Amino acid sequence: MRRRPNHLAGVGSVVWLFLVGLPLYVMLVATVQPQSEYTQNGPLSFPHSFTSDNYTGAFGSGFGQYFLNTVVVTVCVVGLVLLLVPPLAFAIIRSRSRITSQVFRLFLLGLAIPAQAVIVPMFYLISKAGLYDNLLGVILPTAAFCLPMSALVLSGAMRDISPELFEAMAMDGATPRRMFFQLVVPLSKGGLSTVVVFSALQAWNGFLFPLVLTQSDSTKVITLGLYNFQTEHGINIPGLLAAVVLSMVPVLLVYLFARRALIQGLMGVGGK
Amino acid sequence: MTTETTSAPPAVGTRKAARRRSEGSYAAHVGRPGFAWALPATVFFVIFAIAPLVMVAVLSFMSWNGLGSPRFVGMDNWNRVLDDPVMIKSIWLTLLVTVLGVVIQTPLSILLGVWAAGQQRNRAVLSVIYFVPLLLSSTAVSVLWRALLDPNFGIPAQATWLFGDGNLFGKQASAIGVLAFVSTWQFTPFHTLIYQGAARAIPQVLYQAAEIDGAGRCRQFFHITLPQLRNSIITSMILMIVGGLTTFETVLILTQGGPGADTTISAYYMYQKAFKSFDFGAGAAIALVLVVAATIISLIVVRVSGYDKMRSSMEGLS
Repeated sequence: MRRRPNHLAGVGSVVWLFLVGLPLYVMLVATVQPQSEYTQNGPLSFPHSFTSDNYTGAFGSGFGQYFLNTVVVTVCVVGLVLLLVPPLAFAIIRSRSRITSQVFRLFLLGLAIPAQAVIVPMFYLISKAGLYDNLLGVILPTAAFCLPMSALVLSGAMRDISPELFEAMAMDGATPRRMFFQLVVPLSKGGLSTVVVFSALQAWNGFLFPLVLTQSDSTKVITLGLYNFQTEHGINIPGLLAAVVLSMVPVLLVYLFARRALIQGLMGVGGK
Repeated sequence: MTTETTSAPPAVGTRKAARRRSEGSYAAHVGRPGFAWALPATVFFVIFAIAPLVMVAVLSFMSWNGLGSPRFVGMDNWNRVLDDPVMIKSIWLTLLVTVLGVVIQTPLSILLGVWAAGQQRNRAVLSVIYFVPLLLSSTAVSVLWRALLDPNFGIPAQATWLFGDGNLFGKQASAIGVLAFVSTWQFTPFHTLIYQGAARAIPQVLYQAAEIDGAGRCRQFFHITLPQLRNSIITSMILMIVGGLTTFETVLILTQGGPGADTTISAYYMYQKAFKSFDFGAGAAIALVLVVAATIISLIVVRVSGYDKMRSSMEGLS
């Protein structure tokens, strides 16, 4: 059906494009000019000379290490989630035991727990466990807070598997184990990739747990590095913005190559 | 799920009977995973999410400075927290920031979402740029805006005709304005996505019928689009409310609660109390207030809207 163009929405969309595009443009332009020039001319002027000093400087001030720490945290969180959630989701959709449905309720309740609410006891728990200032102390709570949404997404994906397939396998006398590896896992790849992207984003962008559970440079993740850089060298804006750009490169790459999975993963993030 | 509300007692009976029959069959028993499959994830989740939630309540009655063992002090933390003028102020500020977020972002994201739901090619291209703020962490967004709005080297210093003395962080009104603006910049794309998905799911036939009846675009929007987006509006509003009540990174990085305590909202105050003044008991009490407030407000929204009698909460999210 042909509809006439909606001018109001069109204007609004251009305004929004400007609001989103301008800061991103200013950020990119700032990172490629010398600090002195940025300080003198301000963010809105076009750069006269170009440099890569800001990016090399960011790596020099420890961002290489922070980057590595964040990769370790992200890989471990995704690994933990992938280890824990598929069997859980399988039990949620196929188990006949009453306790499993109670467990599902518990995870749904968990969707509503904000991380901010638990940082005080989490600090207590992690420091009593001797994991303070240890990457493992960041990995464990981060993974735990990925579980509710991951369980919801994955059990949703598994429910789409036709019941006839389960029955056919049951007729052949398949054990739950065989069903899980030969039927459930291969047929829920879409859900699994959403879960991977969602938990990777949570881990990569996580700030609160690293902020209160780590302190030294050797355990710093990239978001915390940004925060520290800002409080210590807030005046070096091009260097700071270069670090911001570096922190988003991996996410941007995923955005370019796996947009659908990323958007679905983002929808799980729930506006945090 | 969908038949639950309409099924009369006899229907329930037959369903139970049907289940009993199928349970009796051979296939229904074989290959059913037991609770053991859910056990590792459950234990992990209880230790690192449920237990801390319980502990926050317990710790709010204890005194702890971060070292040694917590000591039971009864209502002491609560008396101090509820008598603290900064705390009372922080609650109002939190509510203000939350309401501002909902009021600004809801109409904006509905309009953008409905627009982005169209199928034209330029929309697809523009949407790619629209959603970039989603890719940045809250930290990166706050650091970026802190740099762009820097009183000395930022945009306000260059555009004094618009921003006056250029120090947006120096006055309460403009500092709150900055917080509201940055949250809008960061979260509108997310809510736009919710509405985009929901608007695409509205049957075109409704619009065709309205067109035949001679309804204009405005009437179509208010009489078809908005009512059809109802579930998504509630979902999105609950997320905004919970997000608003727990706003933290933006305050920590953009304003540090200042000027004075003029943007010290509750979550930030909790962080200050616990991790800067090492008064973990008071921190726990504030955290509990936040959890209870978020839960109650969400329940009220769900009740008032009658959402609990409707379909799955994930409606419109895919």
